[in-house]
Amino acid sequence: MSGTTPGGWLLVFTLALPAGGMLAAFALGGRAAERIALAALGLGVLLAGAVAARVQAAGAPLAYLVGGRAPPLGIRLQADGIAAAMLLTASVVLLAVALFGRAAHATPPGVAEARAPFAFWTFLLALSAALAAALLGADLFNLFVALEMLTFAALSLACLDGRASQFRSELRYLFFALIGSALYLLGTALLYGAYGTLDIGLLAAHARADAPTLLAAALMTAGLLARMALFPLHLWLPPAHAGAPPAASALLSGLVVKAAFVLLLRVWVWVLPPAPAGAAAPLLAGLGAAAILVGSLVALRQERLKLLVAYSTVAQIGYLFLMLPLVLAGDAEAARRAWLGGVLQAASHAFAKAAMFLSAGLIAGAVGHDRVAALCGAGRAVPMAVIAFGLAGLSLVGIPPSGGFTAKWLLLTAAIGTGQWWWAAVILGGGLLTGGYVYRVLAGSLTVPPATAPQPEPQAPGPARVALALALVSVALGLLPFAAFGLVQIGRPGALAGAGP
Amino acid sequence: MSATLPYGVTAAALIALGLFGLVAQAAVLRKILACNLLGGGVFLLFGVVARRGATAADAVPQAIVITGLVVAFAATALAVALALRLHQITGAATIAGEPESGPRGE
Amino acid sequence: MTASWLLDGLVAALVLGAAAWTLAAPTAVAAVVGFLGFGLLLTLAWLRLGAAEVAMAEAAIGVAATGVILLLAVVRLRGGAETVSAAMPGRGMVAAAGLLAGAVGLALALAVLALPDPAPGLAAEALARRGEAGLGNPVAAVLTGYRGLDRLLESVALVLAVLAVWSMAPDRRWGGIPGPRFPRQEDGPLALLARLLPPVGIVVGTYIAWVGSEAPGGTVQGGAILAAMWGLAWVAGIVQPPAIASRPVRLALVAGPAAFLLAGLAGMALAEGFLAWPPAFARPLILLVEAAMTLSVAAALALLVAGPPERAA
Repeated sequence: MSGTTPGGWLLVFTLALPAGGMLAAFALGGRAAERIALAALGLGVLLAGAVAARVQAAGAPLAYLVGGRAPPLGIRLQADGIAAAMLLTASVVLLAVALFGRAAHATPPGVAEARAPFAFWTFLLALSAALAAALLGADLFNLFVALEMLTFAALSLACLDGRASQFRSELRYLFFALIGSALYLLGTALLYGAYGTLDIGLLAAHARADAPTLLAAALMTAGLLARMALFPLHLWLPPAHAGAPPAASALLSGLVVKAAFVLLLRVWVWVLPPAPAGAAAPLLAGLGAAAILVGSLVALRQERLKLLVAYSTVAQIGYLFLMLPLVLAGDAEAARRAWLGGVLQAASHAFAKAAMFLSAGLIAGAVGHDRVAALCGAGRAVPMAVIAFGLAGLSLVGIPPSGGFTAKWLLLTAAIGTGQWWWAAVILGGGLLTGGYVYRVLAGSLTVPPATAPQPEPQAPGPARVALALALVSVALGLLPFAAFGLVQIGRPGALAGAGP
Repeated sequence: MSATLPYGVTAAALIALGLFGLVAQAAVLRKILACNLLGGGVFLLFGVVARRGATAADAVPQAIVITGLVVAFAATALAVALALRLHQITGAATIAGEPESGPRGE
Repeated sequence: MTASWLLDGLVAALVLGAAAWTLAAPTAVAAVVGFLGFGLLLTLAWLRLGAAEVAMAEAAIGVAATGVILLLAVVRLRGGAETVSAAMPGRGMVAAAGLLAGAVGLALALAVLALPDPAPGLAAEALARRGEAGLGNPVAAVLTGYRGLDRLLESVALVLAVLAVWSMAPDRRWGGIPGPRFPRQEDGPLALLARLLPPVGIVVGTYIAWVGSEAPGGTVQGGAILAAMWGLAWVAGIVQPPAIASRPVRLALVAGPAAFLLAGLAGMALAEGFLAWPPAFARPLILLVEAAMTLSVAAALALLVAGPPERAA
């Protein structure tokens, strides 16, 4: 536990920029909100890049003591490898969604301020601030406030169209999120009662495997699982994510669930002692495996394109949980591979799923509906969107070269390396099922429509280019050499014993 | 120490009541009330933790509860606003049922 | 000792009884009234636990503000009884929920008993170091000095929540006036209350926000009392909520978090870091930020109660 590191001030600006931007956008309103959001999210990518570069160069986490006051009384901000990597992912996806949203969420000419555009740009900044707080926070209660902010921003973005179905599914999401955060806070109270601190670093140094600690971890896990929609708590997610406007769906599926996952890792890998965590990890991975199989099978049978993509999120979240028993198996090399595999799965899914939701929105807009069985002609109307959907699909299936392939390959080899071959079987089976539903969409889209079919309206290329760029990033992650990912190991407990950066 | 015991038990019971109400009640408003009972129990647990042992109450959990109360109020306001809009458009007072894709209404 | 034990046992039992009534009440109105009683009893419990600031916050936010919001909602959520009874979970589901909730409650009660003795915590440290920020009240010292980041995020979250509630309005109502319109009460108890109470309440609320740094009180509690006074005048038809497009409203909402953020950033240049107070002029700076925070908390709570815009400005 050390004080503020050189470059720690970057963390303050990563948080203060979108927060201040949101306040300014809210006060100035109208078109100013869009300009402020684009500028702040653009700068956000630069800041996230700088944070990642500093962490990589130092080979150690960046830290900042807020107010110059050390924990346990003060609050710490911290960027370790996983936080830096997810921060960079989030900032790029946020900027891409903002660029995508310029067409759909422009303030109409003739009015000073319109509801949906003003709300969209302001919530985008709020979401960015909440994600920064959730990824950089090192204090369990501060993270609770960040999680609540994340819920407010995410559900408001999802209701932007003002349809009754959106209000209903977002209200259901809100109840799940509120139960989730109450259980999380309950665990926080128990941990404070047991250790007199809420700092993750201090807890990691002192945690015992006694009854209050284990109950706290169990409650926090249950709460975070409800927020991540892990099977069997997944039923709220598909309508909530599929019913939202495309830009919001991309953020919800791509980023919001990942923030809760990083928090879950903080509890399992940092706070909990290794022995009980290792013993309970197969249970979570079992739920993850069930999510992969059930989510993929249900996705395969969906009639609606956006629901198909949303059920695919249920399945892909499952992969994240496979990393837990592998990281906690006590094998240093397997833990290193599984950790990278899990983080890479989170990042590549963020890019791929954002690309998929954005292109699904464009496809549905071009053919006038989103019935999977009747997508013929989409390939001609919006070829770039269909290509983006296909490339993102490659990553989700795990076909080389793609980020999804590397992630699943690492998890697979770690599973075999630790003798847990059954997880490998789940990864392979899940890949086949994923291939099935991606194929359904692509085959339908690429069917040539009958000559008598009406010519589709030409679409502006900008939004499709954004979707394609995101899909290309998810593929390109698989082309980088493993050495480029040394970043994500920095600050992981147990990683210090192994090789250096 | 002894003074905190009844409140510790009460906090645990409130949490159980809140969780039960959230599942067993169908009306949105009742679910919101159950949520607030659950939150009240969680905050009370912080209060118990703050009062244990030391002669003076610990200010840190108390500060946390004040922040938490504000956030919980914001969440309640949001839930009520969602419930009222849903009721205005569809007349429904629950979140059950398949999401239909109706036109944007008033 | 025995008397205080009896009193604590009684308060705890009453809190639980009110909570059970809130769940089991036959009508929604009765349930909300039960919840208000629950909140008042909980305020008593907080006083017994030696947490005067929390008791004030519970009374102002947990009872007054939440109560108004729930009562307004109960009046407007009429009907839909068939959908509710159709959606009631089956016996099996209820039994499962009861078992699970009971198990969680039991495990919690046992875990609380198993917490280490003597209790670890920051009581002594927070008390000893409260003077560092020039704040005599340890809770204020924690909120303003040590856990300032919580408070900054909370104040930003309030602005976000107000916008979230507003954004649920129909498009054509954007920029309009929130909430229902109440007929002006010329006489009767409400009119009397709405004329007599606000002048007193404004003084009390401001005082509570002002003394918060030294004595029990604080910006959240003071701001909530100010918001409640405004709410009373609104329900009595004496004042109207402002249009949400109005610039002064927006500025009032962001004043607190913006001042806090700017003061925090100034701390990076002038003091030990972000959200640190420069020792030379910590006191006036804190007062300035607290004043802005009180204004913003009051505005945000009042507008959250009022809800989305429903009428043209």
